[in-house]
Amino acid sequence: MLLGVLFSGGKDSVYACRRAMETDSVSCLITVVSQNPDSYMFHTPNVVWAKLIAEAVGIPQLTWPTAGREEEELSDLSDAIAAAVDGYGIEGVVTGAIESVYQAARVQRICRELDLWCYNPLWQIDQLEYLRLLVSEGFEVIITGVFAYPLDESFVGARIDLDLIGELEALRDRYAINPSGEGGEIETFVLDGPIFKKRIEILRAEKTYENYRGRFSIGEARLVEK
Amino acid sequence: MILVVDLCFKPLSLSKYEFVDPIAGIAKRKGSEYEVVHFSELTENGIERADRIILCGTALKDGLYARRIDLFSWIRDLDKPILGICAGMQVLAAVFGGGIVPQPKIGLDGIDIVKETDLLGPPRSIEGYHLHNFGVTLPPGFDLVAGRPGEVEAFKDAERAVYGIIFHPEVRNRWIVEKFDAL
Repeated sequence: MLLGVLFSGGKDSVYACRRAMETDSVSCLITVVSQNPDSYMFHTPNVVWAKLIAEAVGIPQLTWPTAGREEEELSDLSDAIAAAVDGYGIEGVVTGAIESVYQAARVQRICRELDLWCYNPLWQIDQLEYLRLLVSEGFEVIITGVFAYPLDESFVGARIDLDLIGELEALRDRYAINPSGEGGEIETFVLDGPIFKKRIEILRAEKTYENYRGRFSIGEARLVEK
Repeated sequence: MILVVDLCFKPLSLSKYEFVDPIAGIAKRKGSEYEVVHFSELTENGIERADRIILCGTALKDGLYARRIDLFSWIRDLDKPILGICAGMQVLAAVFGGGIVPQPKIGLDGIDIVKETDLLGPPRSIEGYHLHNFGVTLPPGFDLVAGRPGEVEAFKDAERAVYGIIFHPEVRNRWIVEKFDAL
């Protein structure tokens, strides 16, 4: 089946893409670029760099703008998916939703209206097992945003490895954060992985942090041979 | 052993991660023994070895299971607990003489439990995640456990531990699968 993956460049959309590539054929990556930094539906930091990942994995990217106002985002997403049907012949949509009923139900409704299959291959996955899977399969994931107490500055720009997963596990047990960040606590960007033909090298980035809100904004990056 | 039956349109589909693995994951976290099998690959021996059976849900666009009800005739004489979730409930309805009817619903909604059962407990309201294009009509000899006659949320065979729920328990209601495992 030809599929389009809703794609932000964060770990969940990249890993959902990997699973889709194993069972089906991914014909495009659909990136909705929101002008609203507090978008209800779409991962925003560094989303402009998702184009490098698309190039690295060798799948065409369809980008679609949205002003990011709550319910208008949904009609923009629907238009983006319809454009992917026209341009790439997709028969279904893949998302990286894990727990968010808000996100999942809305995409399900859009797919139903457009008569498309809808797949959520990370749905209800155990979040710590999932993070360990990313590491064991060779995904290089960095944290590009933290937005919750008690995530301190050391997490901003950090690479997700087994030690960091251990720290997130301890914070989950003590403060009930979602270790994979699906509650909006953490945002990520993927630099390399088994589906990457080239890896991404960050040449310049700016780090900001204040009151448990921090961002690692990529200023310049390029693809390099692996 | 719990036999977790995959009702998706083909073995090892992309939907398995979404509709089968979360159910198997609940059994795994509870420390229960379980096996996952696609409905087209069920064997008499596999069914015989199971203590209880769960029929899982499918993607909204997936309707193959409803065209292959013939593959589920073994359920009619089963003498062990069985739980049908969404598509699985539709299969149970069809096997026992009820109907599968168009009744689309997506998202969280309230569910009124109207009859006490070992699985869902006493009458009260809960919230559940719905993802279905089709609902069911009650088969003869089945009790309405939750919902109303025109919108059946849960049913049970009046005599046997044959349960169906139209909502997805892996979202906010994992306790239902845990309870079923302990029946």
